Amino acid sequence: MGFEYTLKEFQGYDFNAFFRQVSDADILRVIDKHQLDNFDLLILLSQRAENHLEAMARKSRELTLNNFGKVIYLYAPLYLANYCDNECLYCGFNRVHSIERKKLSLEEVEREAQVIHRTGMRHILILTGESREHTPVSYLKECVFVLKKYFCSISIEVYPLEAHEYSELIEAGVDGLTLYQETYDRALYKQLHRSGPKSDFTYRLSAPDKACGVKMRSLSIGALLGLSDFRLEAFFLGLHAFYLERAYPEVELSVSLPRLQRAIGDFAAICPVSDYNLVQVMLALRIFFPRVGINISTRENREFRSHLIGLGVTRMSAGSRTEVGGYASLDKTQGQFDVADTSGVEEVKEMISLKGYQPVMKDWQAL
Amino acid sequence: MEDVLLIAGKQIKSRFFLGTGKFSSYALMKKAIESSSAHIVTVALRRVNQGAGNENILDFIPGDSILMPNTSGARNADEAIRLARLARAAGCGDWVKLEIINDQKFLLPDNAETIRATEVLAKEGFIVMPYCNPDLMDARRLKDAGAASVMPLGSPIGTNQGLRTKELLFILIEEIDLPIVVDAGLGRPSQAAEAMEMGCDAVLVNTAVATADDPELMARAFALAVEAGRSAWRARPAQIGKYAKASSPLTGFLR
Repeated sequence: MGFEYTLKEFQGYDFNAFFRQVSDADILRVIDKHQLDNFDLLILLSQRAENHLEAMARKSRELTLNNFGKVIYLYAPLYLANYCDNECLYCGFNRVHSIERKKLSLEEVEREAQVIHRTGMRHILILTGESREHTPVSYLKECVFVLKKYFCSISIEVYPLEAHEYSELIEAGVDGLTLYQETYDRALYKQLHRSGPKSDFTYRLSAPDKACGVKMRSLSIGALLGLSDFRLEAFFLGLHAFYLERAYPEVELSVSLPRLQRAIGDFAAICPVSDYNLVQVMLALRIFFPRVGINISTRENREFRSHLIGLGVTRMSAGSRTEVGGYASLDKTQGQFDVADTSGVEEVKEMISLKGYQPVMKDWQAL
Repeated sequence: MEDVLLIAGKQIKSRFFLGTGKFSSYALMKKAIESSSAHIVTVALRRVNQGAGNENILDFIPGDSILMPNTSGARNADEAIRLARLARAAGCGDWVKLEIINDQKFLLPDNAETIRATEVLAKEGFIVMPYCNPDLMDARRLKDAGAASVMPLGSPIGTNQGLRTKELLFILIEEIDLPIVVDAGLGRPSQAAEAMEMGCDAVLVNTAVATADDPELMARAFALAVEAGRSAWRARPAQIGKYAKASSPLTGFLR
């Protein structure tokens, strides 16, 4: 059946009516609960819950501390290519943009790896656009073989693959998958993803199942916040993670909360998400999922990220470049989006230490 | 008689074992090890970072500690075996805390896979300390497979709930002829003291120390509690009665 079945169950559900009847007592009761159900998550995402952010923060802090301790895991993104067959209105790699397209040669991959490795990073996330022609699985595998020399954990954020392709990449040395559904609003999804393979909502939604089915070690899913009503996006993201947690209990699961940033094309957020509400989403998801990782990338600025430490976040990117060749190359391209926290890795580590947390550069040992 | 804890023929100087995850810095972790005089210290191999440019956790472990790498992250026996071998190859010695977890939500150990890995690793000369659910049959199987101790959980990792598995732990203490080390779930020194009073041979703590506001002091508090609990157990406390002792005994007429 998969997660689509759950999504269909909520078709036509009157969320506004639900939100309207949420009381302060409901919120306080949910904050104190041990095992939350779907509607408890919805209660924490309600407008009324905004009045209880402090109580939510206290609970979230306690759960995060018990389950993850005083540590923040760090990783670096590495853009391999920006060729793309998709027409996604919010993305800098949208195929209709006449930007310089580039794919790193293996020598360039190695140079990028060396620069990142020198910063102390041992976890890398490799990214491409969706182009089976320019960046086929065989190319990804070649890159992984190069990167294995430098990193202890390699995750991919590429286009959806078939199960046997995920298997091949795991065999090559990949241990993590990042794949965002972007929006769980099917109608909006269709409008935003005008053409290309990504326009198939179901195909994208089924990819995490394929990867987990062949024993991908870790998985990060997310919704691009700013596209649709964040309360519902966060709710469905939670349900999606819950479904995956049940179906694949061995997978290390995390959720990402990327907020839409300015990119080429100047697509403006349809439903902007305030700092206040981003924190609400993070706290609600933590209280719902004591054990699931929460990622906050350099899409958020340094000061805001530093405030989030201790509240629920467990993983951060640092020193990120979103251009192809951004770390070492002289002829780098334009970035996928504008990075808000431009601090170097050392500065991010220092910021984490100042908050009384330990920056962790290595948390897996490739087998 | 001297009260000595022997594991695999080695005399262990403290019945308080300390885990090294979740600390806010390695420097603070080191202070916690020192203040508690923990002799056995566990380190997740997945965290060991021996490359240049980064702090290496092993540099912060006092030289007289027994380093016990754990197989955190292993989802099955094969992965655990590979991790243990990597740890040995990296110079971490023969001790291994076997930890096989196939459920990320509750982090409960997988006993079947743990038994399988114990068998392989014990044959390879590892001193295997398996983390497990407190099940009598499985504890027997672990012993037969060559485990050096049995390390059942008091309650799920990181929950600070204490000895929720108490009745099952009693059975292991009674029946298993190996050191019983309560691993996971102890959130307060009083809970560690309780485990020792019950007759456990040692306890392993991580979260409760690492996430305290003052880990150095909390580590010391645990070590003292463990010592107190052990002494109490050795002193053979009088039975705690459910009923008051009647001043006119029911059998007083029997002369």
